[in-house]
Amino acid sequence: MKVAVCVKQIPDPALPGELDPTDNTLKRDGKLILDESDSYGVELALQLVEAAGGGSVTLVSMAPNNEVSGLRTALAMGADDAVLISDDALSGTDALGTAKVLAAAIGRVEPDLVLAGVESSDGYTGTVPEQIAAVMGLPSVGFAKKIEIGDDGLHIERQTELGYDDVVCPMPAVVSVTAGVVEPRYPSFKGIMAAKKKPVDQVTIADLGISADQVGWAGARQEIVSVTEAEAREAGEVIEDDGEGYQRIVAFLEELKVI
Amino acid sequence: MDFDIEELHEDIRQGVRRVCADFPDPYWRECDSAHRFPWEFHDAMAAGGWIGIATPTEYGGGGQGITEASIMLEEVAASGAAMNGCSAIHLSIFGMEPVRRHAGPDLCREVLPRVAAGELHVAFGVTEPDAGTDTTSITTRAVRRGDEYVVDGAKVWTTKAEQAELVLLLVRTTPKEECERPTDGMTLLLADLRAPGVDIRPIPKAGRNAVSSCEVRYDGLRVPVSRRVGEEGEGFRFLLDGLNPERILIASEALGIGRVALSRAVDYARERVVFGRPIGQNQGLAFPLADSHARLRAAELVIREASWRYDHGLDCGEQANTAKYLAADAAFDAADRAMQTHGGFGYATEYDIERYWREVRVMRLAPVSQEMILNYLGEKVLGLPRSY
Repeated sequence: MKVAVCVKQIPDPALPGELDPTDNTLKRDGKLILDESDSYGVELALQLVEAAGGGSVTLVSMAPNNEVSGLRTALAMGADDAVLISDDALSGTDALGTAKVLAAAIGRVEPDLVLAGVESSDGYTGTVPEQIAAVMGLPSVGFAKKIEIGDDGLHIERQTELGYDDVVCPMPAVVSVTAGVVEPRYPSFKGIMAAKKKPVDQVTIADLGISADQVGWAGARQEIVSVTEAEAREAGEVIEDDGEGYQRIVAFLEELKVI
Repeated sequence: MDFDIEELHEDIRQGVRRVCADFPDPYWRECDSAHRFPWEFHDAMAAGGWIGIATPTEYGGGGQGITEASIMLEEVAASGAAMNGCSAIHLSIFGMEPVRRHAGPDLCREVLPRVAAGELHVAFGVTEPDAGTDTTSITTRAVRRGDEYVVDGAKVWTTKAEQAELVLLLVRTTPKEECERPTDGMTLLLADLRAPGVDIRPIPKAGRNAVSSCEVRYDGLRVPVSRRVGEEGEGFRFLLDGLNPERILIASEALGIGRVALSRAVDYARERVVFGRPIGQNQGLAFPLADSHARLRAAELVIREASWRYDHGLDCGEQANTAKYLAADAAFDAADRAMQTHGGFGYATEYDIERYWREVRVMRLAPVSQEMILNYLGEKVLGLPRSY
């Protein structure tokens, strides 16, 4: 059982992010960390390999400046190795370009299954997993909350608004994993030490047979024209309690039809 | 000089913070008030391989030094777990240093892998009711009979005696008056605390109540000679190998408590508005907190020097003692100022400051009093005449 997991390394969300005024993209020149929304995919991959009685988990990531900090976290959780695509030409790459690059890297791994988070915590396009599937010509299932390997392929519980769908899907396939569906293990001390020695294959777009005009700003089909600050939330209504305040709260909740 | 932060040390901090995030202040508040050993926390640290961080790899440990162990314990303390968290695990590190360095390979193989895995709990039995600081005056006797020693006597402040399977016990095998030097004639035994002939009674105390410290009486306890650590009569010298790491680790724990107390005080001072402005705007409150920050940073640097020297096999008595002295005072002051900053709420259990304050106070008394450190520095470092 060979699982490839797409992981994004993002600026620490706990720190104030900054936009590059020249192109309106998020600055990514500092230390990057593992996107928490990808840790669920890593955990599911580790569980699937354990359940299958063996195999490997390979991380695939695209990041500037050969950044490996976030990959080390996922390797410390137990992933076996990683492919990192880092190339100056990738600056400005849009979602589809990212999918093409990741698909080329995943193709070299030849996995039985590709997992990804539904969406990243910094970009939120939520389109990359499906685009990878389309580029690779693989079936795609989104919003998985549970994955099992059956004789006839993958058995997936796919989150819906009302509950979940049971989906059976042939392998290999690309599956995006809903955040929060499993408790990601945290790295043990030995895991942290071992992660330092695990192989990270650092490749450029040329290594993947991709030309510079297909990616970056040159290949992007999107442009960030302007950025506007989100509207500040309106202040809530403060009810002064004169002894009868509860009646107004009850009336308010009734109006919302929550009671 | 190189003050770059090592990547491994940052990884250790992050890794420990992640484990401790599952054990927030209410957990420790509850363990402390119920006098309940923090098993869940202990087991999580054991499962992550953290307890064996400084055990050699050939015995299943992480193969790191006292520097890495001290960083780990600083983070445990700084998570709000304070002494209750650290005391649940730190004996497995410094308590085993004499064993690692002086016990034979058979005893190491028997004991260290289980200690590193968190399966075997150990205690440290040195202090006696009539011999605290004056260690050479201990009277707990071990008399050899064939392949066994028979131990009679009493120890106090044996932390974790209720949970521990073994205790590293300092005993007299030759009475002091028959020895050439007072430090001769003492021996280290790894004794079974669950055997008949051992009576354990916890001592009610002001704080760190999740982990008990006990009076332990030994009445004819039999210890196989194979459980002796190193040669007979050399115990005091071997014990010293555990004392300097103990001071370094306790100093780091104090630093951690100082950090968490200070950070809570700063948060509160920024948010609490009195007379129309945050109280932290008053220099009467801001200066003590800034002063505490500076003192904690100074203590941290001495801790780093002490642990670096220990890990490089250099003498570190001056640095380990100085680190403990500075960190214990700086951390207690930080906790006390945090309480002052919080006003009456600092005295309420729900703000946790009083718990840090109670726990950090003991670090000015143990493992060695501030006064004895000044005696040591005065005599051994400055060359002043001995005062006692």
